[in-house]
Amino acid sequence: MSNPRVLELFRAHLPPQSIITDQAAVRPFETDGITAFRERPWVVVLPETVEQVRSVLQISRDHDVPVVTRGAGTGLSGGARPIRDGVLLTMSKMSKVIEVDLDACTATVEPGVTNLAISDAVREHGLYYAPDPSSQIACSIGGNVAENSGGVHCLKYGLTVHNVLGIRVQTIEGEELVLGGKTYDSPGYDLLALMMGSEGMLGVVTQVTVKLLPEPPDKRVLLGVYDDLPKAGDSVSAIIGAGLIPAALEMMDALAIRAAEEYVHAGYPIDAAAILLCELDGVASQVESDADRVSDIMKAKGAINVRTATTEEECELFWKGRKAAFPAVGRLAPDYYCMDGSVPRYAIGRVLSEITRLSTVYQLPVANVFHAGDGNLHPLVLYDANKEDELQRAETFGGKILEYCVAVGGTITGEHGVGVEKLDQMCLQFSEAELNQFHRLKAAFDPGALMNPGKAVPALARCSELGGMHVHEGKVPHPELERF
Amino acid sequence: MTGDDSERLITHVRSALERDRAISIEGEASKAFLGPRADGELLSTRGHTGIIEYRPDELVVTARAGTLLSELDAALGAENQMLACDPPHFGGKGTLGGAIAAGFSGPARPWQGSVRDGLLGVELVNGYGERMQFGGQVMKNVAGYDVSRLMVGARGTLGLILSASLKVLPRPEYTRTAVVAVDRVEACSRSLNLLHKPFPISGSCYVDNHLHVRLSGNEAAVEDASETLRADLEVEESFWDQVRDHEHPFFHGSRPLWRVSLARGSCAYSEICQEQLVEWAGAQVWAYMDDTQSVIELGEGEHATPFRNVAADSSKRIGTEDKYVRRLKAAFDPQDIFNRGMVV
Repeated sequence: MSNPRVLELFRAHLPPQSIITDQAAVRPFETDGITAFRERPWVVVLPETVEQVRSVLQISRDHDVPVVTRGAGTGLSGGARPIRDGVLLTMSKMSKVIEVDLDACTATVEPGVTNLAISDAVREHGLYYAPDPSSQIACSIGGNVAENSGGVHCLKYGLTVHNVLGIRVQTIEGEELVLGGKTYDSPGYDLLALMMGSEGMLGVVTQVTVKLLPEPPDKRVLLGVYDDLPKAGDSVSAIIGAGLIPAALEMMDALAIRAAEEYVHAGYPIDAAAILLCELDGVASQVESDADRVSDIMKAKGAINVRTATTEEECELFWKGRKAAFPAVGRLAPDYYCMDGSVPRYAIGRVLSEITRLSTVYQLPVANVFHAGDGNLHPLVLYDANKEDELQRAETFGGKILEYCVAVGGTITGEHGVGVEKLDQMCLQFSEAELNQFHRLKAAFDPGALMNPGKAVPALARCSELGGMHVHEGKVPHPELERF
Repeated sequence: MTGDDSERLITHVRSALERDRAISIEGEASKAFLGPRADGELLSTRGHTGIIEYRPDELVVTARAGTLLSELDAALGAENQMLACDPPHFGGKGTLGGAIAAGFSGPARPWQGSVRDGLLGVELVNGYGERMQFGGQVMKNVAGYDVSRLMVGARGTLGLILSASLKVLPRPEYTRTAVVAVDRVEACSRSLNLLHKPFPISGSCYVDNHLHVRLSGNEAAVEDASETLRADLEVEESFWDQVRDHEHPFFHGSRPLWRVSLARGSCAYSEICQEQLVEWAGAQVWAYMDDTQSVIELGEGEHATPFRNVAADSSKRIGTEDKYVRRLKAAFDPQDIFNRGMVV
């Protein structure tokens, strides 16, 4: 639905190459990383400066046009799905590293800078940016802020909220909020924390200052092999309970192991019921003693074999299968449906048993690949959308898994966000009062409900269907990216 | 004594709403020195205490707001664990709810995070008298806005915290404090170095011309680091609690004590004043100053707040020069019943 007056104003404030209305050129922007949700925006704007962002917001506000902010479009919950009559504000052209402060160990960047580019920019100084979502080669730091992204190493190093010191946000009402900076705290309400994971509902991030860490001098990866899934689950609790905080602690079940091994030949034992991957990093003497303890715990809990990788190449080989697990599982069936439930670690065994039971009930296979150390599960329900009612069964199955996650004290989304995908499950997790509180909170920043409307928090009237991440014929957008 | 006093607390909030009376929330009043309590009827959380759930292998503890920090420390210590954020126990006192409302962190802050970093979920009563739960006990949770962390440092102005879940950490197997006698300039450059080195650091403090660096980890790693830092002296581990809780002799002064929050790596403290104690690798400075404005030049985002021995103290107030702060307050507490006067 074109809006000539608004377009004219955009053209007055942005260079021609920053405005796309041609329908063929707009097409790549119609989804984010989750292709089940598509909408073609009537205009895509790609500002190059903060001033231009401000103009876009002001024009949109003056004309009551909704704004959807998009980073790299790698999100897995449809948070950046455009709105038909809305502007798609794409931040990818704002991709400069503004400053690297070696005294403060911080980097200040524009929002379109990719996650990995930050580490690349500071590697020569022995520093890096810790959060590492699987899409880090492509995902932008602005999007990481919007989703409070995690990654394999967040068990030890935390999420985006723990690693961003400051941001600048443009509000739909035309203000710039300078939140945090290089200090550890700021007076007043912690709006910086509030913006983390707010899914583009409260404002537009135009600058990010991140904390940089010294590269750990030493690293080891252990591969524990189990003939029984619960034993692997017990090992996770035992490792954490023993006072060890691995940099990463990941689990795969039999189906996932076999799929990954057939796909990338990482040397995984294909007859195993489960494997645990445990990465330890830090100073050499600490890593060495921790590795011995982890190995002992794995064996004591019933691991039939524990292998240790010490060189960079060996570590990478161990990780290869885990990182290829999603596409590998994608080869087993025409479609899969990826869940993102997060549960207390002690409940992992129970949840896995329930998933196995539900798999029989709904007669659909499921592969489990997950961030065991954080209790963040990614069950992949396999189905064939071309077969009658399989999609519906997969969705019901997925919904039941999330219901169970909430029932054991967990959450419907650990890291992928709510977006449009999990709006219905939000009704499972939150009461009417809580959802109303979210709506009032949003209105404090965006009284006209123009920022990414219809995402993240469901309207109270809506609490019916179930949704999920659907991948048809293994075709995900950005198939080149690792997804884990 | 432990007990669930939530029904009474909620009833009181609802009654105050009906009567349009303000409520002043208080735990142990361990931070009363920050200034007078808010206007309104006193609502104490001291009867709402006890650990609700603690599973050491989950690294999470959930407790009621009135639970004493000392009680939490004892329970965690028995399992060889500790709160990751290590909030101060001023006067040896303090509750969990107060620690969240104030948001202060101990000497480990740059390395182990703040209360806000360690907070996983809260249960609260908002200014509509509604009991609500945000976040939870899981490490990763991106469902809904992060209301839990918004409560940290909000001074109880957005709602009454009933309970909270916090991340805990294993106690380090071995701790040693490396102490070196250095002047301020040298302390500054060494402090910066602490951010760059992958040492197992868990605290830094410069006071009385000595830089103290706490190292925690396995013995070999700690000793290696200690050697690299060329430490020639040692102090007892209790030194760190004294610093955290303001019981170190430095804090016994009677002049106005300011807390100055500086940028990482700024090193500006070397110019602030003579009487100072510096934590967080240079980023948190405690300074005795009669007039801050004339002495310090603060950079972007840096701020100084009066902390102790200051008569007309506004440091505990939440400024509303920002309309979003006003609106947020109204979104949670439209009748302004919680800690009235603290949001100004």
